[in-house]
Amino acid sequence: MSRLPAVALLLALTACGSGDAGEPGDPGGDDRTLTVLAAASLTGAFDDLAEIFEDAHPGVEVRLSLDSSATLAQQVIAGAPADVLATADLRTMTIAADGDALADDPRTFATNTLVLVTPADDPAGITAFADITGTAYVTCAESAPCGAIARDLLAANGIESPPVSREVDVRAVLTKVVLSEADAGLVYATDAAAAGDEVRTLPVPGAPALRTEYPIALLAAAPAEDLGRAWVDLVLSAEGQQVLARHGFGPAPS
Amino acid sequence: MSRSQPAGLGRIPPLLLVPALLGTAVVVLPLLGLVSRSPWRALPDLLGEPDVRRALVLSLTTSTLTATVCLLLGLPLAWLLARGRFRGRAVLRALLTVPLVLPPVVGGVALLGGFGRTGLLGGPLREAFGVSLPFTTAAVVLAHTFVALPFFVLAVEGALQAQGERYDAVAATLGARRWTTFRRVTLPLALPGIAAGTVLAWARSLGEFGATITFAGNFPGTTQTMPLLVYTRLQDDPSAAYGLSLVLLGLSLAVLVLLRDRWLRGAVR
Repeated sequence: MSRLPAVALLLALTACGSGDAGEPGDPGGDDRTLTVLAAASLTGAFDDLAEIFEDAHPGVEVRLSLDSSATLAQQVIAGAPADVLATADLRTMTIAADGDALADDPRTFATNTLVLVTPADDPAGITAFADITGTAYVTCAESAPCGAIARDLLAANGIESPPVSREVDVRAVLTKVVLSEADAGLVYATDAAAAGDEVRTLPVPGAPALRTEYPIALLAAAPAEDLGRAWVDLVLSAEGQQVLARHGFGPAPS
Repeated sequence: MSRSQPAGLGRIPPLLLVPALLGTAVVVLPLLGLVSRSPWRALPDLLGEPDVRRALVLSLTTSTLTATVCLLLGLPLAWLLARGRFRGRAVLRALLTVPLVLPPVVGGVALLGGFGRTGLLGGPLREAFGVSLPFTTAAVVLAHTFVALPFFVLAVEGALQAQGERYDAVAATLGARRWTTFRRVTLPLALPGIAAGTVLAWARSLGEFGATITFAGNFPGTTQTMPLLVYTRLQDDPSAAYGLSLVLLGLSLAVLVLLRDRWLRGAVR
């Protein structure tokens, strides 16, 4: 939420610069800006993609505004002048679609599944998902999508011992594990990938069936429509998919 | 006070009136917004929810425990700062007031570093006794004490400073021992300040969020206090969050008004 004024200010400033050179179909123009609103879990992958995009489009600057999907959807409906929206679930994208903010139908470009992570030294000796019974493990609160999925996975695997904490978002879950305060935690595969060697990652039985889908769409009010389209194409391209896979995302369903 | 007062005394200079009104608006407008958006009709149902009742009970329990701990640990500290003559008193005071300016989340991270499972004290504690503080109600009280203690110590130290050392000196001249002087002279004189400090600590504890969620986690019944429940609900049910905030607001207001009439008159200005 705190990003909104900053984004608005940046856009107000760059709007002047893009006016003269920013005609559609003029990708070679100088000092143009592409603004992408993306779910916070896309941070690493979209940073990499932004570099690739800027190399392919000289003179174009990619601005990423990263926040929770729900916040971004609200910003888009409120008229934030951005080009592309990428959210971490279909529900929030539907909110933007219902607000007539999208230019096209959204397309799913990546998936994410929950995995079990433990601290690198695995203090509780967890070798399979079922081992978390009786340990100090943490999940998201059920008000967050990751918490709702975690609840279903625990039930599906017949695990009745409750977590010691229900964190408000998935980053807080990861932090508790990285700091070794918790024995284990349920986070997204992308969070586990971002934590690298600091955590051990174990699969959760049944998780692929409860994967989340990441949709992307060009915005109706996009100031740089051509660049927005090019960004969506890059994300869906083989190169884009490779970058996403490197950050722990699953492929777009075909 | 029956003398006639000079004209204009007690009436604010016009130049100060506008900022004073603005200051009032900054505080009162959001509170009005909270009240106007609260789902009044849903309040009884909301209060009937098990998670809400658990959070209310936990908040009241931990706040009262925190105020008690502050009283037990903070009173000697305040005496030390106000009366003690030793090197490093200024440093001690500075250290004790750090939590006042620290962002609460940073406080939570610091608490993990000290009392967490791998922390300075928490690590050895766990290895020796198998005790792990995070995710327990004790961790909530510890986090609350961390942020509330400076409020208590500063309030009581101020009261002790204002009271001065002369009554202590008289008692000593009359042959009273140090403990007797403290118990019969210093303590009764500082009572309004102590009461004010306790209420401040209680209120700060009731509203504590950042250090708690970072250090103690968020689980209904053990560590999910009212502010944590409000934040959790805000993610998917903002209207319930408004209702719960209202409950919290009403609770703190009620206690502050009640205590103000009984003890705080003249102690807090």
